[in-house]
Amino acid sequence: MLYREAGDFKTSYAKDNQTFPIKFDRTGYWVILIAAAVVVPFMVNDYWASSLLVPFLIYAIAALGLNILVGYCGQVSLGTGGFMAVGAYSSYKLMTAFPWMDMFSVTILSGVITAIVGAAFGLPSLRIKGFYLAVATLAAQFFLVWLFNKVSWFYNYSASGQISAPERSVFGILVTGPNTAAWAQYLFCLIFVVVLAWVARNLTRGTVGRKWMAIRDMDIAAEIIGVNPLRAKLSAFAVSSFFIGIAGGLFFTVYLGAVEVGEVFGIQKSFLVLFMVIIGGLGSIFGSFAGAAFLVLLPVVLKVVGVDMLGMPTDIVAHLNLVIVGGLIIFFLIVEPHGLAQLWRLTKEKLRLWPFPH
Amino acid sequence: MLDTDTFTTPDGRTIGGTVMDLRNITLRFGGVEAIKDISFDIREGEIRAIIGPNGAGKSSMLNVISGFYVPQEGEVWYRGKPRPQMKPYEVAQQGIARTFQNIALFEGMSVLDNVMCGRLGHMNTNILSQAIWWGKAAKEETENRAVVERVIDFLEIQAIRKTPVGRLPYGLKKRVELARALAAQPSLLLLDEPMAGMNVEEKEDMSRFILDVNDEFGTTIALIEHDMGVVMDLSDRVVVMDYGRKIGDGTPDEVRNNQDVIDAYLGVAHD
Repeated sequence: MLYREAGDFKTSYAKDNQTFPIKFDRTGYWVILIAAAVVVPFMVNDYWASSLLVPFLIYAIAALGLNILVGYCGQVSLGTGGFMAVGAYSSYKLMTAFPWMDMFSVTILSGVITAIVGAAFGLPSLRIKGFYLAVATLAAQFFLVWLFNKVSWFYNYSASGQISAPERSVFGILVTGPNTAAWAQYLFCLIFVVVLAWVARNLTRGTVGRKWMAIRDMDIAAEIIGVNPLRAKLSAFAVSSFFIGIAGGLFFTVYLGAVEVGEVFGIQKSFLVLFMVIIGGLGSIFGSFAGAAFLVLLPVVLKVVGVDMLGMPTDIVAHLNLVIVGGLIIFFLIVEPHGLAQLWRLTKEKLRLWPFPH
Repeated sequence: MLDTDTFTTPDGRTIGGTVMDLRNITLRFGGVEAIKDISFDIREGEIRAIIGPNGAGKSSMLNVISGFYVPQEGEVWYRGKPRPQMKPYEVAQQGIARTFQNIALFEGMSVLDNVMCGRLGHMNTNILSQAIWWGKAAKEETENRAVVERVIDFLEIQAIRKTPVGRLPYGLKKRVELARALAAQPSLLLLDEPMAGMNVEEKEDMSRFILDVNDEFGTTIALIEHDMGVVMDLSDRVVVMDYGRKIGDGTPDEVRNNQDVIDAYLGVAHD
């Protein structure tokens, strides 16, 4: 099957507007989705789930969220770690205060709470832009981490200051707690990823997405053609934080199980997710996945190659990881600011014409 | 108080009553008076030109009309009512669309998305409906797409629909910007130098589009332009500005023979 759009005629605007205009892509999408939902759960073991798949899925949600804010709306944020912490602590409080509540509701409500907090911290974006806004969101990062350390109500006055997720099940299957099966963790996260990616795509292709991109590309012109900048920016902060809150909630409840806020949701988490978005591609749904996959995979691959195959010391490999990530960030910012997604797009454009040059 | 007479132009178009009435507008930036006590009106269905040498305050005038600048003195009457102070996006929602002197397209988006942006004021499904892309959101998208496609056909930019705006040459960008403004189906269209930097052929195309827009949709147009030939051919009435003052107002013929206007353009020493 060739990668062609010729002959694939669109007869309605809805068809012209679909996510995958080329048949090959559509088929590929369904194949991957079915494989991820039906085949992978049977093959996944603890190592694969905990070191690759679950973190990839959760970071993909966080990267999607940050991409909406930074890539689509052009508002730089360094508060991702803080907002993930809001999601995690909301989940914890909801799970302990309402033990009967199911995990879907808990996670979605954590997202809603984070959305409200995110919109509040988005208020400065109406006055300040660029680096100055990044510094303002940095304040959110440090304030939120400090808050969750300082106010013991958030960790139910436990002596250690940690929060740990009680066991909860969905349809009789454990999804949180230490006894959870790897495939259950994976599937629970996968459901959120698929639905949220679909929501992100819907939002960014419609009216809201155009408002965000208009603000990103030229805010003054956007305002003159009728975009209310206050509502556009705050909605971007709210939606972005909703995604990041869900990612934070899942990171705590499903993935780690126990969290100490300063260690897990510190500034390095904000940078990690920002790097995913930059390397993956600003303003691209695919890019969020590519960036998350890349940065989750990189340390694992380096460890396998460096430690297991070449016999290098673990700390050297860990430092090498930092060096490579740093180098790649500079490389992408200079050479390809639209990241892996743009490389993928170029490949597809070439494929459409292949084997002819024009 | 407002003039509501209608009359017919020599070429058979109907000009209606006053849509926009600017009364004694004064705009200052610090100590500089960009616009000094200017009054003029724009009638429904007419093409109204604002001309003047560089720095005369023409663009500032357009910015006052589109709500981007707030004049220190004077009133803007729109559709028979004094307009309260409002934000630019609220002005846009009242049916005033504009293009810019320096192209202000959204470079990261395709032509289609740019033109769809012109419809933003007409699309109002809530964010939840859009998130699931079901029912009203999807329906609204196709309905507005149909409007946009008519504009795209009208301006003959079908072939570049899906092209990112950043890749287009200057002349086409100007046309896309006009398309975005037209997609809003404005009752008043403001064009800030629609033909700046174009060659003769592109100017002819653009003039034809402007006349067609006025003719087919009955859109009221206010435009700023430096090319005198174009202005005199296109417009029904012309306002001439110089150093922030109005020095002439009337039909192209009246303006052409106005001594102040001739002085301003040929350059007479100011005393």
